[in-house]
Amino acid sequence: MIRYYIKLGMLGIRQNPILSALMVAAIAVGIGACMTIINIDYVMSGNPIPQRSEVLYHVQLDSWDPNEPAEEPNEPPNQVTYLDGTALLGAAEGRRQVLSYRSTRVVQPADPDVRPFEVGARSATADFFPMFDVPFLYGRGWDKSADDTLEQVIVLGREINERLFGGEDSVGSTLTMNGEVFRVTGVIDDWTPIPKFYDVTTGPFDEVEEVYFPFSVSIAQEVRGDGNTNCWKPRDDAGWNSFLNSECVWMQFWVELHGADEKRDYMTFLDAYVESQKRLGRFPRPLNNRLNDVMEWMADQEIVADDVQVLLGLAILFLVVCLLNTIGLLLAKIMRRSGDISLRRALGASRSAIFSQYIVEAGVIGLGGGIIGIGLTWLGLKGIEILYGELEFIENLVHMDWVMVLAAIMLAILSALGAALYPTWRACRIHPAAQLKSL
Amino acid sequence: MEFGPIWRALMRNKTAYVLIALQIAVTMAIMVNAIAIIQERSRMMARPSGVDEDNIFYLSSTGFTTDYNDRAAIVEDLDAIRSLPGVVDAISSNTVPLRGGGWSSGVATEPGEDADGTGVAVYFVDEHGIDTFGLNLVAGRNFEPTEIEWYSIDSTLWPRAGIISQDAAATLFPDAPHDAVGKTIYISNDEAIQIVGVVERMQAAWKDWEGVERSMLVPAFLEGSSTRYVIRTAPGERDRLMPQIEQMLAESNDGRIVRDLNTMTETRHRSYSEDAAMIKLLVFIVSLLTAITGLGIVGLASFSVARRTRQIGTRRALGASRPAILRYFMLENFMVSSVGIVAGGVLAVALNIWMVQTFELTPMAWYIIPAAMVVLWLVGQAAVYGPARRASLVPPAVATRSV
Repeated sequence: MIRYYIKLGMLGIRQNPILSALMVAAIAVGIGACMTIINIDYVMSGNPIPQRSEVLYHVQLDSWDPNEPAEEPNEPPNQVTYLDGTALLGAAEGRRQVLSYRSTRVVQPADPDVRPFEVGARSATADFFPMFDVPFLYGRGWDKSADDTLEQVIVLGREINERLFGGEDSVGSTLTMNGEVFRVTGVIDDWTPIPKFYDVTTGPFDEVEEVYFPFSVSIAQEVRGDGNTNCWKPRDDAGWNSFLNSECVWMQFWVELHGADEKRDYMTFLDAYVESQKRLGRFPRPLNNRLNDVMEWMADQEIVADDVQVLLGLAILFLVVCLLNTIGLLLAKIMRRSGDISLRRALGASRSAIFSQYIVEAGVIGLGGGIIGIGLTWLGLKGIEILYGELEFIENLVHMDWVMVLAAIMLAILSALGAALYPTWRACRIHPAAQLKSL
Repeated sequence: MEFGPIWRALMRNKTAYVLIALQIAVTMAIMVNAIAIIQERSRMMARPSGVDEDNIFYLSSTGFTTDYNDRAAIVEDLDAIRSLPGVVDAISSNTVPLRGGGWSSGVATEPGEDADGTGVAVYFVDEHGIDTFGLNLVAGRNFEPTEIEWYSIDSTLWPRAGIISQDAAATLFPDAPHDAVGKTIYISNDEAIQIVGVVERMQAAWKDWEGVERSMLVPAFLEGSSTRYVIRTAPGERDRLMPQIEQMLAESNDGRIVRDLNTMTETRHRSYSEDAAMIKLLVFIVSLLTAITGLGIVGLASFSVARRTRQIGTRRALGASRPAILRYFMLENFMVSSVGIVAGGVLAVALNIWMVQTFELTPMAWYIIPAAMVVLWLVGQAAVYGPARRASLVPPAVATRSV
């Protein structure tokens, strides 16, 4: 029977090609606009590390100014001070913990003909790699002992390894940066967490850093951070040590905890730590520490741009307009064929048969709109990529995965069926004889 | 007029018209709010930065060797750049307006930890600062060469003088914004800075910051292995001098890299690129939406004309003129549009209130609503004209035939 309805549906579509084309177009344009924005929102609010996002916690301690919070209404700073970061690291109360910050370094290639160049660098403690599941192409991260003995070792990103070592296994090779010689212990494979969850203070969708240094080595070499450094209290003295001992926040601290008990214990530990610091005259604000897992932290930091949310709202309304349009057109089409429907009803077709026939027809139109809509979504994403070409990370946001393709088709069919429901119901209510009289 | 009969006819077949009215209402809500956002972004983009944008470019120099002498490099480089023909003036500064990265600090009119601070963007310049940026000094004086200090990012002491923007003066001294010169402000709780001058306008590095118009110039060179040279050229000389100066700096010292060469024009363009893209996107969405709504009106009007062919024929046979038939359909659309537009006005205001609360937008200007009403009325009338004209061409004889 369903094949007969599909046949009838196709026939119906061909009877009114312009009206049918308009309906397909309305659904396609609505789906295209809506899915383009949904896709961007979906990528931006995606989970960058699904396998571990629930065991990684970002730590915030409220070490800020007694007179005003770091951020209204009463938010603690979104980074930690060197003093607190290293104290938490030393306490090692979590399963694993990592303290890191971003900086810039100058690479001096061995080949004298190649000009030195600048790279984005991250100074981190050894657990950075296992905690964040960083994939390695060659070798691995440095041992914890390197953190303690200030060993001059580095991990390279894949691209810079291509550039400096032609993509060969460079483990064991040396590299000069800012006048210091480092030994390579590993090369990272392609790794693009979206967003760059472990440090969202500078562009949350930027690429990850290209070179990784042991945290202690960078501190010993007085390497400054080039992310955000925020201070509320004037420093006592000039110089690097005074900066390290200041109340400036400029580092990110993450801890690995499994389950609610460990989280609660860690929170207790944090509160006890802050209380002990209060006795030393630090932490003038009331106790206000935070532990957020990856997705909580992404939500807290409002990673998805406001513009995307505004556009999402408008795009959904846009789809509503397109659907209203489709409902109107379908109604027009069905009313036009009321004579036909009457005749079929008079010849014995049941209401459910009429209903099935027109719902199938609407489904076919929805499917058509959905498929064209996916094409339009692809075009829309290309358009967004061109329009926002100035943003380097835009290409990471315009990929469409199979989840979104399926979502587009489902949305199209649901939309078409939703739109078809009322007109089809009206079709079922046409009396068998009423329309025949005038014939 | 035939409002009564048209309205009663409408009521007999509500659904199709309700759908069109709804469609117009939602279209109007989107249109009004999109225009409000476009207006806000355009206003932001139109703000002048206060500097001579057409003729300024900048580049960074980063020393990487352990024996790199940054003080000597800054002095030598500035001498070399300033002596080039075509260069109006040059300075070493921490940043330029709209660049996205910079230094801000709280300043207060009273010393002490509890004083209420106002955030200002800080620019480190020497006595060439005003000339290089092309600022308009409206009160007080420029810095003296003797006031220029060496300042490091670690310093706890601040220079003793400052030149602030008019907007900063107005925020710091709301009672007497024109008498800022000679007053003392405090930074880092109790470091005193005397205001020696006021410039008309100088924007901060962050375009979205509420304090973007508040800036302070302080007389110091910022020490450190990395510095940024800001260079102002004679009109038309910029593009010639950019590669020349980049090459000159790169070749003069092996212990550094020269990077981040940019013009102010590019910086403005990049800074507002997302806003420009948003404007284009919204224009596209609104145009497409209006087109779809227009097509919807055409579709439904054609249908309604086709369905009423016999009635039209009857009316014609009974003496109605062609313009009367045309007027009937135009009026019918006008009435349906009006219902949609009124509902749309309410919807638009509700949507705007929600967006203002959620995204901290400025509330829309009131006149967008009547403007959008007029546009949608016109779109409706234009869309219905075709089908209505076809209706008016229905010959009276149709009435006598059986369909």
